[in-house]
Amino acid sequence: MNSLDDSAALPPPSRDIKTIVNAGLKRRHAAERRFRWFGLAAISLGLAFVVLMFANIIGKGYPAFWQTFIELPVAFDPAVIDPEGRRDPKALADADYAALIRASLRGLFPRVEGRRDLRELYGLVSSNAPFRLRGQVLDDPALIGATRSVWVLASAKVDTLIKGNINRTLDESLRPISDQEIAWVDRLIADGRLEQRFNTILFGNGDSREPEQAGIRGALMGSFYTLLITFLLSFPIGVATAVYLEEFAPKNRWTDLIEVNINNLAAVPSIVFGLLGLAVFINFFGLPRSAPLVGGLVLSLMTLPVIIIAGRAALTSVPPSIREAALGMGASKLQMVGHHVLPLAMPGMLTGSIIGMARALGESAPLLMIGMVAFIVDVPRGFTDPATVLPVQIYLWADLPERAFVERTSAAIMVLLGFMILMNGLAIVLRKRFERRW
Amino acid sequence: MNTTTIEAKAALGGALNPEAREIPLSSAQITDYDHRQTVGKITVDHPKMLCREVNVYYGVKHALKQVSLDIGANEVIAFIGPSGCGKSTFLRCLNRMNDTIPLCRVTGQIQLDADNIYDKSIDVVQLRARVGMVFQKPNPFPKSIYENVAYGPRIHGMVNGKAELDDLVRASLERAGLIKEVEKRMDEPGTSLSGGQQQRLCIARAIAVNPEVILMDEPCSALDPIATAKIEELIDELRENYTIVIVTHSMQQAARVSQRTAYFHLGDLIEIGETDQIFTNPKHKLTEDYITGRFG
Ligand SMILES: Nc1ncnc2c1ncn2[C@@H]1O[C@H](COP(=O)(O)OP(=O)(O)OP(=O)(O)O)[C@@H](O)[C@H]1O
Ligand SMILES: [Mg+2]
Repeated sequence: MNSLDDSAALPPPSRDIKTIVNAGLKRRHAAERRFRWFGLAAISLGLAFVVLMFANIIGKGYPAFWQTFIELPVAFDPAVIDPEGRRDPKALADADYAALIRASLRGLFPRVEGRRDLRELYGLVSSNAPFRLRGQVLDDPALIGATRSVWVLASAKVDTLIKGNINRTLDESLRPISDQEIAWVDRLIADGRLEQRFNTILFGNGDSREPEQAGIRGALMGSFYTLLITFLLSFPIGVATAVYLEEFAPKNRWTDLIEVNINNLAAVPSIVFGLLGLAVFINFFGLPRSAPLVGGLVLSLMTLPVIIIAGRAALTSVPPSIREAALGMGASKLQMVGHHVLPLAMPGMLTGSIIGMARALGESAPLLMIGMVAFIVDVPRGFTDPATVLPVQIYLWADLPERAFVERTSAAIMVLLGFMILMNGLAIVLRKRFERRW
Repeated sequence: MNTTTIEAKAALGGALNPEAREIPLSSAQITDYDHRQTVGKITVDHPKMLCREVNVYYGVKHALKQVSLDIGANEVIAFIGPSGCGKSTFLRCLNRMNDTIPLCRVTGQIQLDADNIYDKSIDVVQLRARVGMVFQKPNPFPKSIYENVAYGPRIHGMVNGKAELDDLVRASLERAGLIKEVEKRMDEPGTSLSGGQQQRLCIARAIAVNPEVILMDEPCSALDPIATAKIEELIDELRENYTIVIVTHSMQQAARVSQRTAYFHLGDLIEIGETDQIFTNPKHKLTEDYITGRFG
């Protein structure tokens, strides 16, 4: 006990502690420095790849947010639109608006003749331009007989040229657009009839074979419905399971087995869940293919283990003193959980769930199995409409050769990443918001 | 999870032979070290709780051995003993908090008034409302001060309407000697109080449900002398209405607040008696060593 007595008994040290420590000090510092360098190098490398990826995606994708429009002076000829003069909406809807566009283009370029040249000329404008005219007329039949200048969507070819993605110096046969077309486009530019505008089509349309008309709205809505199902199913079930397993279930071999299985399920490749969904939900229960309902069910299976594991971790992190306090007051177990433990565990559970949902948002493989990979033009309006989801849309577009689709692929990736960042940000905000000290 | 069982040795309410294990000793006699049977008078005239041959096992570990004692109505009884001797274990038997520990098994008999608390017909919710507990570390809920005190009355449905609840909360805080300090900050979190204030908040929370017995496990171990003095004062006042069981490591505290003292050692109840007698004239060598600081 007494240090003075003890030190007298100890043999004198052969070397004093200072020299002993000093001898090894250099080596220790070197090891530390080396480790720090490795860490820095690893992080820099990782960051470099992230920057490269973002630069590539954004560089490729940002032009997709703009789209080329052409101004045409359109004469709303009553002889074409409403030959009978009855202003019958059905007749108005069925009229040949393409003829108006063609007439307008011929008016702008009166010297173009011959069927082949004319067809090339008409090809400057997107095939959806007539629908725009029809919409205007149906909205306001008074237009009939008047002449208005209308901005219509240019074809993907023109758009690609305007965005500088076609090399004009190449030989005509090697590029998708002819010398003649380039001359027309230049004329339109000179006349101020050509403009790039913010691309609302990208966000307003479903998929399309024509790149200039293709949008991600269908995929976005598909993702929305799918994730809604996923959340509505996996969050309550996941939280309830976590609470039951952590707080109520007896600890025995069966619950151990269940626990091991849940942990394993979290690691099962997602495509397996797709196969399961195909076999169970579609083949056995006869639910429709390609539907967000089935997609949501499949993604729920995938997300549930993640939420359960995160939920249990959040529950165990609630200090036992709070549980004892509640039980000591005479709270029943359910009251203890409901009044004290669950509110304290909620931030952790929400964070886990949102991260699980973000994973579900980016998932494509299992959805391929249940037919959410079909080409679907219509924007889904419900849980059983055929739909696709954002990552699958990206996968579909990435396969297409047109330059305009390449651009849209990157744009869709940007939107997807944006939602991911948003969800992860939300997880952080929620955690900070509800975090309480105890 | 709960493997707690009880071997009811006798019918409820009586039939127990309280004198069964008492060893008559003359006041001068000091027992040997290896005498492991309880020395002293385990019974009282007006018992609130009766404990007979209580054994507790944590798995295979025999943590409490054949403990029998009475807890008198309106008395303060102190449990003392070296660390790990089973004081907390025994205290937690009295309101069945041991039920929450997996692998913990309790045998023997514990009565509260005439009810065997380990009987199937007794609901732990009711028991814990009758036998309140204050823990060693202050553990207020991470809710407002008001909510902390209002929690018990609310879950037990003790009050009708907000006004009545307000009154009860105020009265409880007042009796816990905390009202002056928190009057203006009822909506602040209970965790924002100082350690001593938190402990008094926990006492207020416990007495808000008007229990019959209050168990305190080292309630002052985290507190400074001033806060300790306040709580000791409070215990003295509470004795009028409640029966209090207190575990303490401070011999002075046991001497100051309790009327009877029980000394535990390695799972055995070694000696029990009037506090004055235990501290001035212990009859067992182990007790004597412990209170004179010669232990270990
Ligand atoms: N949950 C548990 N699981 C297993 N053994 C336990 C458990 N709780 C207590 N024990 C054991 O039971 C014995 C008595 O513990 P107890 O907590 O009752 O001691 P104590 O007298 O309160 O000590 P202290 O004064 O340090 O609080 C100890 O040996 C301890 O190791
Ligand atoms: Mg203890």
